Amino acid sequence: MTARSLFIPVTLFLVIAFLIGPFLIIVAASFSAGETLAFPPQGFSLRWIAKVFTVESFRASFGMSLFLAIGGTAAALVLGIPASYALSRYKLPGAEIVRTVVSAPIIVPGIIVGLALLRYIVVPFQVGITPALFLAHTALVLPYAVRVVSASLDNLRSDIEEAAVLLGSSRLGAFFRVVMPNIRGGIMSAFILGFVTSFNQVPVSLFLSGPGVRTLPVDMIAYMEIVFDPSVAALSSLLAFLSIGIVFLAERFLGFSRYV
Amino acid sequence: MSDASYLSLEKLTLAYGDSVAVANLDLTIKKGELIALLGPSGCGKTTTMRAIAGLLAVKSGHVRLDGADITRVPANKRAVGLMFQSYALFPHLSVYENVAFGLKLKGMRGPELDAKVQSGLKSVGLSNFANRRPAELSGGQQQRVALARSMVMEPKVLLLDEPLSNLDARLRLEMRTELQRVQKATGVTMIFVTHDQAEALALADRIVVMKSGKIEQIGSPEDIYNRPTSSFVADFVGFENIFPLENGKMKTGAGLVDLSGSLSSEAPSAAGLAWRPRMVTLGTGPFQGTVRGTSFAGDSREYLLDSPLGPIKAEVEASQPAHALGAGLSFDLPAEKAAPLSRFV
Repeated sequence: MTARSLFIPVTLFLVIAFLIGPFLIIVAASFSAGETLAFPPQGFSLRWIAKVFTVESFRASFGMSLFLAIGGTAAALVLGIPASYALSRYKLPGAEIVRTVVSAPIIVPGIIVGLALLRYIVVPFQVGITPALFLAHTALVLPYAVRVVSASLDNLRSDIEEAAVLLGSSRLGAFFRVVMPNIRGGIMSAFILGFVTSFNQVPVSLFLSGPGVRTLPVDMIAYMEIVFDPSVAALSSLLAFLSIGIVFLAERFLGFSRYV
Repeated sequence: MSDASYLSLEKLTLAYGDSVAVANLDLTIKKGELIALLGPSGCGKTTTMRAIAGLLAVKSGHVRLDGADITRVPANKRAVGLMFQSYALFPHLSVYENVAFGLKLKGMRGPELDAKVQSGLKSVGLSNFANRRPAELSGGQQQRVALARSMVMEPKVLLLDEPLSNLDARLRLEMRTELQRVQKATGVTMIFVTHDQAEALALADRIVVMKSGKIEQIGSPEDIYNRPTSSFVADFVGFENIFPLENGKMKTGAGLVDLSGSLSSEAPSAAGLAWRPRMVTLGTGPFQGTVRGTSFAGDSREYLLDSPLGPIKAEVEASQPAHALGAGLSFDLPAEKAAPLSRFV
């Protein structure tokens, strides 16, 4: 084999190793029997995985993250579905501006979003920690909701709504009777994408978390600063497999990748 | 209200923003008539249809149906059906549920609903397809579902948008027969929009030819085909040799030319004359031309002639001897055969 013919396979291997490697290290480390986070793992045990479920703060922050991921994504969809509908069905003046503004949270770094929310919304208006996190997560997920729902609306002919109206339905009724059922796949996909985005969000949550109220990733960082045992690795592995499982199911049943 | 003015459009003006699509249109349609709105794209035929359906707000004028002014009645309360060009079936519902959709909204339930849906499906020959999804049907079958879905609502008027244009030749004939049968069986007033003159001639009781948002001519298929009143309609239905008249003479590329023969008495004040290619006499006549193009069309042969009058299209029986390209040929445009046009545009 010449050097040239080896170049592509070797590069490919290195890229994959670079992407997957750290993940494999973390997974391996979670099964360690030792006292500290280390690789290669010392021995084999499930004690750190078991410990994850006993740490009180993990439970509380997991609940908070779950609440934000589900509630924030649902709120983003409630706002995002009508917005997508208006953007895709009507030639509105300034539609492009709205599109850009709505996608800003994807483009602007999370640190800046977090700082801006803290400095100009949370502090001046004395917003509580939980409502502030909820608002932030809704805003962060909104761009994904709009993008994914818009894509599935664009694939749906608009004359079926007129057909429904001529058969006696109101405009609003037509939306619920013939539009919603046909973009269900897109909405589910937007929900999953939003859920995962929100759940894994760190920088914004870091700014907005406060005494006693944290999201799970922020809590994990805080935990690691004090305790350096493999339970964080165990928790990371559990979360990673949860995400992979959700996306796998979504792809299997919804054709997730069509929408994202 | 009489049956003679079952549906009437009065001084109807329709616009998209500031651009007027239909201006001051007057049209009266009898109950049970089958009307074709015929014209090239952009002539306002689809816009007019959408206004009758209530999908487009009327800028000024009135739409009256069955004695009531429905100009401001919303589309879902008009009892007007529309078969979309794309059929617009609901992809998430079965054929049965598509047909049941409107009936359910009317509050129909149980055995009454079932009987009505079944008879609707039966009438279009799709009883065995009730549980299929629209995507599992052919284009022709989808269209029949769309027809059944509209017809079970017993609309006062059924509008059809280019009903035959998406079908192949064989299905087209089948659907044409189907539409005529449904119309005769139910007596529903039908208005269909088309850009295809053959479709309009074959199907309609009356044809409304439209151009640039105005009605150009209204008449029976025979009227439109044989007696176009304007150069636009003449051109649209295949009169390919059209000349304006000035003081009883044809205005041509060679100046004013005397007519060959005399005009029929009904058209002394015609503004123009029109001949179909097959009305042109080849081989004899006062005019001279050169064969520029020829094509064989089975039982006939078409010629394009260059002449001092301008280009002339002629069509003769294929059994006649053929003329070669470049051959000089005398021809005639017999005045007595010409369609007199009252308007030249």
